[in-house]
Amino acid sequence: MYKYNEFDAAFLAERNAQFRAQVERRIDGSLTEDEFRPLRLMNGLYLQLHAYMLRVAIPYGTLSSDQMRQLALLAEKWDKGYGHFTTRQNIQYNWPKLPDVPDMLDALGEVGLHAIQTSGNTIRNVTADHFAGAAADELADPRPVAELLRQWSTDHPEFQFMPRKFKIAITGSPNDRAVTKAHDIGLRMVEKDGQIGFEVIVGGGLGRTPMVGKVINPFVTHEDLLPYLEAIVSVWNIEGRRDNKYKARIKITVHEQGLDTFRAKVEERFAVLKPQFGGFDQKLLAEIEQHFLPPAFKNDEVAGYQTAYDNDPVFRSWIDTNITAHKRDDHAIVTISIKQHGKTPGDASAEQMRLMAELADRFAYGELRISHEQNVILPHVHKSGLPELFKALKAADLGTANVGLVSDIIACPGMDYCALATARSIPIAQQIATRIEDLKIEHEVGELKIKISGCINACGHHHVGHIGILGLDRAGVENYQITLGGDHTENMVVGERAGPGFSYDQIVPAIERLILAYLDLRTSADERFIDAYRRVGPAPFKAALYPEAEAKANAA
Amino acid sequence: MARKFTPKVVTANHLLEGDVIYFTADDRWTRNLCEAELIEDEAHADVRLLDANRDQSIVVGVYLADAIAGTNGPEPTHFREDFRRTGPSNYFHGKQAEAKV
Repeated sequence: MYKYNEFDAAFLAERNAQFRAQVERRIDGSLTEDEFRPLRLMNGLYLQLHAYMLRVAIPYGTLSSDQMRQLALLAEKWDKGYGHFTTRQNIQYNWPKLPDVPDMLDALGEVGLHAIQTSGNTIRNVTADHFAGAAADELADPRPVAELLRQWSTDHPEFQFMPRKFKIAITGSPNDRAVTKAHDIGLRMVEKDGQIGFEVIVGGGLGRTPMVGKVINPFVTHEDLLPYLEAIVSVWNIEGRRDNKYKARIKITVHEQGLDTFRAKVEERFAVLKPQFGGFDQKLLAEIEQHFLPPAFKNDEVAGYQTAYDNDPVFRSWIDTNITAHKRDDHAIVTISIKQHGKTPGDASAEQMRLMAELADRFAYGELRISHEQNVILPHVHKSGLPELFKALKAADLGTANVGLVSDIIACPGMDYCALATARSIPIAQQIATRIEDLKIEHEVGELKIKISGCINACGHHHVGHIGILGLDRAGVENYQITLGGDHTENMVVGERAGPGFSYDQIVPAIERLILAYLDLRTSADERFIDAYRRVGPAPFKAALYPEAEAKANAA
Repeated sequence: MARKFTPKVVTANHLLEGDVIYFTADDRWTRNLCEAELIEDEAHADVRLLDANRDQSIVVGVYLADAIAGTNGPEPTHFREDFRRTGPSNYFHGKQAEAKV
């Protein structure tokens, strides 16, 4: 894992000292809110509905156990004992007080974490495949490049006041778990003639104008990557629509100008930038790579694990749902669900964070990951440790076997916290999960991605959910629109609106009808919801959603 | 035709705590909506907004929110303002918890 060098530590300490002084000046009245606001946003501090919110970046979703313990400390000391993991691999604290925030940032700095550029019109936290460095299907670990991008983009003087925010995601696996096609820039590591490089995708995004990213360059080498990305960002920085916030993202620039025109400008800019890079970035990358060497994998018997798997159905169910294939046969990737039925998706208490840190030390070489799907991952667990690990997780309400299933819902904070929200998301997620648990059909239903956003900005990724739910304010009442058929993978598809929205009381029964309709029409248990939707199209699902319209049509 | 003015309260967040606060008729900031000044006149609302904005060292994000007269003072007309005066629905945190103390 990347460890800060002296430069990193000194930079962060200075930056934190500056912010401390800015907070003091705001409190003593020397700075107005208009002056202070951009400064606090640069440091991840928002003002939400009920309180301030501090958004801390978890670079490419990777955490050490010590960092996780420090996140727990922040939750306990300066918040209400919990934190909320987000769809951009950040953690948010919902209740900090302004005078405490400089101390929180110093505490984060002690373990090499910060909140810089988690807000504002800058390059945000670079996200990555949460199974990076561990997955069996991976071509290469994307995290060294992600760290290089973090260093390049952090405090980059040219990119501090851009037309709008800018998000980059990277994956080293052909099975895209990082939603690269819904980012301003998506990077997929690919192989050509025995060399690993990057397919560069540009102009993807969700929000009010969802767009699938387009391949601007099918293969960029390691040496060319940074100048190529700098060329993209700088062309957009000049040409992006600063006149209209809703048209400012790069997806609109690329859409308006056309990919070929935009690409030509990028190539022109690249030709200017490339000679200026001079190879230092590659030296730096080589150093960074040394931080991401795999742990010293232990060798042990797996017989005990097999016995437990064969004899304990509860353990077996958890293994079948929450484990992903590791690049080594005797290891496993464990996804810890922080989506216990009825609980807030993505929330973990300080005690749970500490336990996960301790279990990471005992079973997973001290490493953890945060997924954009709002779960916690132990990327390297020797299979011999799985039975004991499960026991410990279960005792702390962390053993829910629901990863990838109905109740593994992505939900943004919605109107329970967010100042931008138009409706609540969390209670909808809680109620769907509780209902599916009551019906006892979750494992029968199988893989189904439900994603909920509480406003059009789509932090809850509703466009790419198999079932997406968008909460809106319709004439002063919460109203929920359903989209169907979205796909967040390398074959990204934006879901289609099913029809009129549902009230707060009617949305959960509507989702239940959708799920039951799917169970009725699937050809076998192997046909997932999304497969069935692709086979039969929206009509049978719409009929289930709107039985009255269906009855009327039949009567006519 | 201009839309008819609907009654308002002046609201904001507290600079230090971030907590939701309301402006009273006697120029104080209160944490309880029921103690806020209910403003029935548009011109008066503009003046009160200016008054409230003078307290830059106490408050952040001053705005006018719709409200109606209730039995115990102003009440929200929109669910957003109802959440602001209560707290989130997933935990017993925020104003709803403080009111119990």
